[in-house]
Amino acid sequence: MKDDNIIIHTEHLNKTYGDEVVLEDINIDIKKGEVIAVIGPSGCGKSIFIRTLNLLEKPTSGDIYFDDICITDKKTDVYEVLPKMGMVFQQFNLFNNMTIEKNITFAPIKHNLMSEEEAKEKAKELLERVGLSDKGDAYPSQLSGGQKQRVAIARALAMNPDIILFDEPTSALDPEMVNEVLNIMKELAKGGMTMVIVTHEMGFAREVASRVLFIDDKGIKEDGTPIDVLDNPKSERLKSFLESVL
Amino acid sequence: MKQFTDKTKKHIILMILFAVSAFSLTGCSFSEFSEKFNDNFIKEQRYQYILDGLKNTFIITILAGLIGIFLGFILAVIRVTHDKKGSLKILDLVAKLYLTVIRGTPVMVQLIIIYYVIFASVNINKILVAVIAFGLNSAAYVAEIIRSGIMSIDVGQFEAGHSLGLKYSTVMVSIILPQALKNVLPALANEFITLLKETSISGYIGLSDLTRGGMIIRSITYEAMFPLLLVAFIYLVLVVGLSSLVSKLERSLKKNER
Repeated sequence: MKDDNIIIHTEHLNKTYGDEVVLEDINIDIKKGEVIAVIGPSGCGKSIFIRTLNLLEKPTSGDIYFDDICITDKKTDVYEVLPKMGMVFQQFNLFNNMTIEKNITFAPIKHNLMSEEEAKEKAKELLERVGLSDKGDAYPSQLSGGQKQRVAIARALAMNPDIILFDEPTSALDPEMVNEVLNIMKELAKGGMTMVIVTHEMGFAREVASRVLFIDDKGIKEDGTPIDVLDNPKSERLKSFLESVL
Repeated sequence: MKQFTDKTKKHIILMILFAVSAFSLTGCSFSEFSEKFNDNFIKEQRYQYILDGLKNTFIITILAGLIGIFLGFILAVIRVTHDKKGSLKILDLVAKLYLTVIRGTPVMVQLIIIYYVIFASVNINKILVAVIAFGLNSAAYVAEIIRSGIMSIDVGQFEAGHSLGLKYSTVMVSIILPQALKNVLPALANEFITLLKETSISGYIGLSDLTRGGMIIRSITYEAMFPLLLVAFIYLVLVVGLSSLVSKLERSLKKNER
């Protein structure tokens, strides 16, 4: 674990709910600049996996390291580390009581990452980047799903994170809005952002991902380039899964 | 003059009907009526009993309402924090016990226990006793209203806050509570209206509230109908007025949502 390029590293990660094992012995290194697509049948634990990385789900046992800091250690102040890991949710989860601009500026100001003016400037810049520069004063309820998700991405970017986790970012969108979100994610990937994306969009995974994880039956069953995993599946499970989604 | 809404019109008609039927209940001619009215309210400035009582009712309701909201708010946050994070175990136990006892016993019994047992040996202002009793009682109901409001907020709001590295207290204060309070504002206002009516038992500790004011006039004039119907009428006007404010509030909150 001396590799400087490794941003997230997990050791023997387990997650159980009561008697039910959801994740079993997950060991993975995520390197800077990687764009990782996480695929698998529904209920396989891929969402739990990505939510465990930023401790939305507490692992039952095992350790997670972020930049060599063990964030599962009780002594670690996770609120120091979490700002560097962005997350984009399936249900957007914009703060409903705040304007779009406030949604973006609230956390950076709270963390003293920037002054209010700087944050507003940054918000303007990010909204322009996601094509919503006229929506700063609107409230989340006035936006379409695709617009909300673009704001959610802007909100994550405002923290200048080292990595962004995407938990099925397009699954709750109407079909015609999927592309506007995927296009922004493509831009991010091109810009070198490290991303972990739980997705059902196989075409997107093939095009954008540098690495694909297939999670099934509590663990990572296949791990490799899109060509390895999507075009030359080794296991029967993955073959039948790919057949069912394509 | 502003156009009345249909609902307000209905209320006004109902109140007039109430007044007319009250008048016909007295079963007396107009001259008899005015004589009795004079006897009950004008003579020796007896209306003063009603006015003083009304003043006390207002003081008790407003102060008790403030205590209720303040304490209820704290109780609600304790309960929710325990449910969500598993911390504050002892405080949560105390809060649960408090809610069970307060909601499990009649407010009148609470009032007389606070006056005759807890403050038995001290000479204390009766209004203060009533404010404390009704405040403590209301807090239990307010707590459950606010708690239901917090629980109704999507867990994704907490998760988004966490993912941005915001502390639980920050998320609670800046994101969850503003949304929760907005959702339960009408329910809180209704609780306030209930409180107003409940203070009518203040007479049990010898306090001259609106209801007792009517009772005092009755004991002087030996005429029950006039003072008691007036008392009822005043409560009715207050409650209907407050209720229409609440529905106005509800409408304007809905408008903001869009």
